[in-house]
Amino acid sequence: MGKSLYQKVWDAHAVGKLADGRTQLFIGTHLIHEVTSPQAFGMLRDLGLTVKYPQRTFATVDHIVPTENQDQPVDPLAAEMMDALRSNCDDFGVTYFDLKSGKQGIVHVVGPEQGITQPGTTIACGDSHTATHGAFGAIAFGIGTTQVRDVLATQTMAMEPLKVRRIEVTGKLRPGVYAKDVTLHIIRVLGAKGGIGYAYEYAGEVFDAMSMEERMTVCNMAIEGGARCGYVNPDAKTVAYLSGRPYVDMDDFSATASRWLSYASDADAEFDDIVTIAAEDIEPTVTWGISPDQGIAISENIPSAADVEDAVEKNSINEALAYMKLSAGTPIKGVKINVAFIGSCTNGRLSDFREVAKYIQGHHVAPGVTALVVPGSQIVAHQCEQEGLDKIFIAAGFEWRAAGCSMCLAMNPDKLVGDQLCASSSNRNFKGRQGSPTGRTVLMSPVMVAAAAITGSIADARELFEMKPQAAVA
Amino acid sequence: MALAKITSVSGPGVFIPGADIDTDRIIPARFMKCVTFDGLGEFAFYDVRFNPDTGEKTDHPLNDSRFDNATILLAGVNFGCGSSREHAPQSLAKYGFKAVIAESFAEIFFGNSTGLAMPCVCLTAGEIDQLRQAVEADPAVEITIDLENKRVRSAAGHDFPLNIPESARDALVAGRWDPIQELLDSEPQIAATARALNYV
Repeated sequence: MGKSLYQKVWDAHAVGKLADGRTQLFIGTHLIHEVTSPQAFGMLRDLGLTVKYPQRTFATVDHIVPTENQDQPVDPLAAEMMDALRSNCDDFGVTYFDLKSGKQGIVHVVGPEQGITQPGTTIACGDSHTATHGAFGAIAFGIGTTQVRDVLATQTMAMEPLKVRRIEVTGKLRPGVYAKDVTLHIIRVLGAKGGIGYAYEYAGEVFDAMSMEERMTVCNMAIEGGARCGYVNPDAKTVAYLSGRPYVDMDDFSATASRWLSYASDADAEFDDIVTIAAEDIEPTVTWGISPDQGIAISENIPSAADVEDAVEKNSINEALAYMKLSAGTPIKGVKINVAFIGSCTNGRLSDFREVAKYIQGHHVAPGVTALVVPGSQIVAHQCEQEGLDKIFIAAGFEWRAAGCSMCLAMNPDKLVGDQLCASSSNRNFKGRQGSPTGRTVLMSPVMVAAAAITGSIADARELFEMKPQAAVA
Repeated sequence: MALAKITSVSGPGVFIPGADIDTDRIIPARFMKCVTFDGLGEFAFYDVRFNPDTGEKTDHPLNDSRFDNATILLAGVNFGCGSSREHAPQSLAKYGFKAVIAESFAEIFFGNSTGLAMPCVCLTAGEIDQLRQAVEADPAVEITIDLENKRVRSAAGHDFPLNIPESARDALVAGRWDPIQELLDSEPQIAATARALNYV
């Protein structure tokens, strides 16, 4: 019987068994940022420990950096956190992609961009969207701060193995349907808790056809489906993406590439569960509630508690409708928005901005709507600017900002105010997520965000941008 | 450093309603602008405890003085989902909670809590509802999580089998919930694993 990628990577990184039965797992690559690492360094110092493999930890600053006047946080607490990261990296010899490096950005954009993210590796970071790196065939997952301490001190952590669910998306996506719609659809079908205890292996024709950046968008939101990690098997696209990147050793690259590809799940690998989804069933998908699994196709009506039997589910629907100030049974299309946000570790990469820029020329953001475009890294920003994409966004009435997490989680000045409703390409629609305790988030693809920004209300991008059925899909 | 053996946790309970309570709800992101975990207790569930417009207390169970002494949090499905922020269980522990009973937990939250010696155990929806009714009728009712015998009992007469992954139960009961020393002790094996991997 063959092995899945998950099993192969796990076996290669298992150091041994701990007394409580968990596995001591070697973490090949450790990524840190300013929010969840300072306490870990504090614990390290309290215990008189040091960083065991400083060359295997990489740092950047993303959550709290302002996206205007990036290097001048006016918030003293933010400045303190940035100073702490600087001194911790200096004290322990950790590579830090800081604001002056030209390589700073959201940690899940920087890792792949630098070629630090590689197939067949284990990657941990004090951030739940670490699953993003699974797009390369890595086993990548979020950890807490005490575990950050463990990884700093030993390059290992205690963990239980996960089961593996293979999610096959067959067929071909229709025009105007993007990777974001695939991931929102999967979460809608399997639920926000459906992935607890599982790693998700994303497979099938749709994933084979996706670019690396699209695969990252899907893996990024594994955690919103409850799965701590999600991955796509490495293939020729993975190898081509990584070839020549700064942290990829190009000596004997063909041997490296062969080794990477050898981690792909065997044809006869067994899975704990297999789910098949037809690409044709996926429409542009938007959320209507306060959990990422509360999603509907753009053509559907907002659900009603009367549609479900289960009492807990009824309560969840009513709670979400009350918070979102939406009415059951009415179309989601046409709901007024106040803010539009394109960016985040889910959808803040070059291909996201290129795709939107293709459609917005000749259009303009609706009066009264604030529209932010935030590149995921300084390198992404630079690439966009070289291609003139920034000018296209600005001409269409969008604000072009500097790299960071921005309005995904509102630990920086980019926040909703009051009960503003935001069409957002980010990953979470939790109550208060975007910085106002009454702020409302509707998750969707970047092109759908652009359509909402231009229309001033939630819209079907396929209609606004006259996407032809025969049009090529990115 | 010998760690406390968490064989059993007892105290009054409070039920916090809702499925999929996420870690942003438990500790809003703006309170994570800090370089220590000190002082997080007062911000637990902040945005649902206080009206964002008026600053007045809401009808959230944690604002109900009858539950001021509660040390065991009762919740629904997928508790602690979302962000990996350890700030969430840290804020609950610093608020005064010693354990959480829910139908299910998000994994990262579960692991973070176990590492803080704050047991997270599962009961069925029906069992949790019985405990909810008991604490709402009499907030002083003591609930006991007996990790050695894998039972949840209450002074009102409840006695339920609890679910918890065996490794977490062992770690708590045997006093090895913080694995750092054990991880450090296997340095030769760590070095051997690193050598065998071509990329380290």
